[in-house]
Amino acid sequence: MAVTRQDRPSGWYLAPALTFFGAFAVLPMVLVVYLSFTSWDGFGTPELSGVGNWERLMDDGRAWDSLWLTLVFMVLTWLVQTPIALLIGVWAAGRQRNRAVLSSLFFLPLLLSTAAIALLWAAVLDPNFGVTQRLPFLGDFNFLGNTELVVYTVVWVISWQYVPFHTLLYQAAARQVPQSLYEAATLDGAGRYRQFFTITLPLVKYTIITSTVLMLVGSVTTFDTILILTGGGPGTATRILPLHMYITGFSGYEFGYASAVAVLLLLLGAGLSLAVTQATGFRKMQSQQEGM
Amino acid sequence: MSSRRLTRSAWQAGALLMAGTLVACGSSGPSGGGGGGGDGGTGQVWALEDGALNPIEEASIERFNEGSDAGELELATFGNDPYKQRLRVAIGSPNAPDLFFNWGGGNLKEYVDAGEVEDLTSLLDENPELRDAFLPSVLAGAELDGKNYGLPMRGMQPVMMFYNDAVLESAGVEVPETWDDLLAAVDALKAAGVTPIALAGTQAWTELMWIEYILDRVGGPEVFQAIRDGEEGAWEDPAVLEALTMLRELIDRGAFGNDFASVGYDVGGASTILAQGGAGFHLMGSWEYTNQLNDSPEFVEAGDLGWATFPAIEGGEGDPSNLVGNVSNFYSLTSSSENKEAAREYLATALTDDEYISDLIAAGDVPPVQGVRDQLAETENGDYATFIYDATVDADNFQLSWDQDLPADEATEMLTQLEQLFLGNQTPQGFVDAMSAL
Repeated sequence: MAVTRQDRPSGWYLAPALTFFGAFAVLPMVLVVYLSFTSWDGFGTPELSGVGNWERLMDDGRAWDSLWLTLVFMVLTWLVQTPIALLIGVWAAGRQRNRAVLSSLFFLPLLLSTAAIALLWAAVLDPNFGVTQRLPFLGDFNFLGNTELVVYTVVWVISWQYVPFHTLLYQAAARQVPQSLYEAATLDGAGRYRQFFTITLPLVKYTIITSTVLMLVGSVTTFDTILILTGGGPGTATRILPLHMYITGFSGYEFGYASAVAVLLLLLGAGLSLAVTQATGFRKMQSQQEGM
Repeated sequence: MSSRRLTRSAWQAGALLMAGTLVACGSSGPSGGGGGGGDGGTGQVWALEDGALNPIEEASIERFNEGSDAGELELATFGNDPYKQRLRVAIGSPNAPDLFFNWGGGNLKEYVDAGEVEDLTSLLDENPELRDAFLPSVLAGAELDGKNYGLPMRGMQPVMMFYNDAVLESAGVEVPETWDDLLAAVDALKAAGVTPIALAGTQAWTELMWIEYILDRVGGPEVFQAIRDGEEGAWEDPAVLEALTMLRELIDRGAFGNDFASVGYDVGGASTILAQGGAGFHLMGSWEYTNQLNDSPEFVEAGDLGWATFPAIEGGEGDPSNLVGNVSNFYSLTSSSENKEAAREYLATALTDDEYISDLIAAGDVPPVQGVRDQLAETENGDYATFIYDATVDADNFQLSWDQDLPADEATEMLTQLEQLFLGNQTPQGFVDAMSAL
């Protein structure tokens, strides 16, 4: 049946969403771009300072180190989370009862707040009073105090926190895959691994892209976990770009310069999600189940 | 039709939500429901959250409200970091408090330079007994260019060398009086298998205490005062490099152990290590005593918690009586306040009020007022309280913590550089170069 114009929702339906998006997303973005061209320490009104903040950003070795670290985190968290979330998700998509019980356990971290997760791991990994300290082998490491090891510690904690969410995405996606495809494949003699790589994986492709975009953009804005867990330390070992922005903005009160860093983050996040969706053909939204 | 009803209720819900947002936006505007307080309204007093002291401050304000007809005051408290951010944003806006808590020094200077703080010199001139009631070295903490911008409202918190007496004894170590004594103690404690000095290295301000004292002992207080006053090349004073090099040597000697980079203070890390005998010393603000009393009472009651002033450095310029730390906390009056009469009367009468002072003393504070030594001695922790009181009265100079005394941007960079120095990622010369390049 053809959809007539009158059956469509009125454009006014968009109004609440647009209002919120305008007030809480567009407006702050415009303001932060403006602030990045000013000098402001929180007192009085911001004074225009031309491209001063941007020149400083170009010369700021610490900002570039932070940017590099952000990219390292991005790649590492993606590499760790995607395979784990995909495998657990596909596994959890099965209807067996034991899977349902175990899955609900796996999803537990999703119920905890970020602050709770960060504090929990800080306590577990404490070099003097932590749990790991009492274990053989693990007790020899200072997970939060060693400037190289701490990077992997943070990747681990962030993955622990977000894997359940991505697992949920994959579980839903895997359940959408028509059972008949598997039945046909079984008749053709395809084994489990073959079925996974030729049926499941191609059919959850768009979920992989969605989850990847969420992870990449998420790691540009990940902030709270690291702030509580390490505060960007020891030294600057885990000071990723969002933390660098926070520290210059809210410890140093250099709001103009911090805004320049924020704009860089904004461009990075927007650029990444555009790049991923373009490169993968996500935007074409072609059906993956032609003829089904 | 049901879908039409749905449309309608969606509309209503949307409109309600939007109205809610608008109302929420409005309340942060000039009309300021609970924030600002207007003429004849309730004056806002902002202070830092503190479980033991807030009730005392609250009681003091209540007594004032009952006994005075100059106006009403009201206390609002905030955690440390939120407070600093909130105050900065609020000050100069219609939501500014009338009286606000601060640390004096360079921290207060930023607000004074912005023209947001009322000059209280006239208040002290009109009430000479008020000026005489406070310790001069503490009152000076809120003095800028000869004018007074704040009155002390909490206890003094100098940084002291705390130690675990049982640990020192079993390692055969005496309380160090000189730098060389300290180095020898470090070696002896290391040999005995304990971390010589507990350090909460996740927080750079605990590391800062070390360089504050070493520079003071090596070069005297003038070296840092020149830095704070923004004098050209002040960071390049040879004493700064010498002090940093001494600190670097202390770190390389293993004085702080290997784990300090992940030991916290807020979670009771470093203090617990000291109390449980994992370390010999702990350089910390005077609040350490109260913390130990709350968290490890058996340690304090056994008489194992000891305290001393920072060791002298032979051949250095600084007087060994010099202290660093939080001189005190101050109440300052905003220049935009509409309750100045009430606020001034409160400052003039309530902070030196006998009941307020006795309450502070009972809570374990050492208030910066004259003639309370006997009263301090009578308290349960009299030994400790009189030690702090005498040390501050006798101090040749009492330097405010650098991170409070420097402008925020410089302080932030300095703390980062210092963390890098402790981790071995920055050299003393590199520290000096980075700070003088700002």
